[in-house]
Amino acid sequence: MSKQPSWEIEREVKVLAEVGTDSKYGKRPSERTISEHIKLGIVNLDKPPNPSSHQVVAWVKNILGVSHAGHGGTLEAKGAGETPWSQEYSQ
Amino acid sequence: MVTGVLPVALEEATKALPVFLHSGKEYVCLMQLHRDVPEENVREILEEFTGEIFQKPPVRASVKRTVRKRMIYRISLLEIEDRKILFKVACQAGTYIRKLCADIGEALGCGAHMRELRRIRTGPFTEYEHNYTLQELQEAKRRLTEENDEQMLRIIVRPVEEAFKHIPKIYIRDSAVDAICHGAELAIPGIVRLETGIEPKEPVAIMTLKGEVVALGEAAMSTEKIVEADRGIAAKTRRVIMTPGTYPREWKSRR
Repeated sequence: MSKQPSWEIEREVKVLAEVGTDSKYGKRPSERTISEHIKLGIVNLDKPPNPSSHQVVAWVKNILGVSHAGHGGTLEAKGAGETPWSQEYSQ
Repeated sequence: MVTGVLPVALEEATKALPVFLHSGKEYVCLMQLHRDVPEENVREILEEFTGEIFQKPPVRASVKRTVRKRMIYRISLLEIEDRKILFKVACQAGTYIRKLCADIGEALGCGAHMRELRRIRTGPFTEYEHNYTLQELQEAKRRLTEENDEQMLRIIVRPVEEAFKHIPKIYIRDSAVDAICHGAELAIPGIVRLETGIEPKEPVAIMTLKGEVVALGEAAMSTEKIVEADRGIAAKTRRVIMTPGTYPREWKSRR
């Protein structure tokens, strides 16, 4: 078990081959259109105390008009502080 | 009352949610002691709860209630006011803070419970960087629809790749991408470059050379082994994020 949290680990890059990438396929994340950006997006929300994580997800879906959203790590008003991720489907 | 960092993934990005299962967390916690305890005792016990601890999940938990080892990276005491203890804790995924407070209370001999909790980090997402309220999100959406201004929404919504910032990455050839999108294992020849700190059975992010995330994988070899090897499986694909067909299919299915 690592004694250091993963976000503090500094990593180096090892290069195995010198090859490029074809611009015909895919695109850099920063070049996505706004709708592509939203479809592949994550909002780092500051959850208010009252609504449940579940309700917060429903609001985010509503605001952005997306069909599908889910949160990472429940933060419940009465919860135990930490549970695995859950997902919510709208259909 | 529990508040703070809650990453919400949209549409295709929901496929990345399992990454948060493995990501460490950081909290600021207000703990209530049930009797007066000298400050040195509190400091001493908090020190004892740093490192590897044993924790039995609480009755209302989403996992099986067997004692498990969890890593507490650090606890720092922020403030003491009467029987109220404010502390900051960085811990491994799956650590129950409510239980941690009860266990600290027991170790102190006075009993204690969690009063308030604020999460200040989930893996790469923190309250210091790009953390927004629902109201700010709403304003960003309004600017897009009413003023055709996407700038604010582009900042508030983060690319899915940011969820993988804290885990080591393997960058692969264009020709290997579609096979991974179909769930194939990642073989050594497909790798172009990789980061240090990859360990067998630990999560890795499989990336394109353009910096797009293809899949969340589980390493089969360490960075050192991968660098030395010229064949073999470097990682197993655990969760595909990229839509198949984004890159050309250059593999044949076995019949």
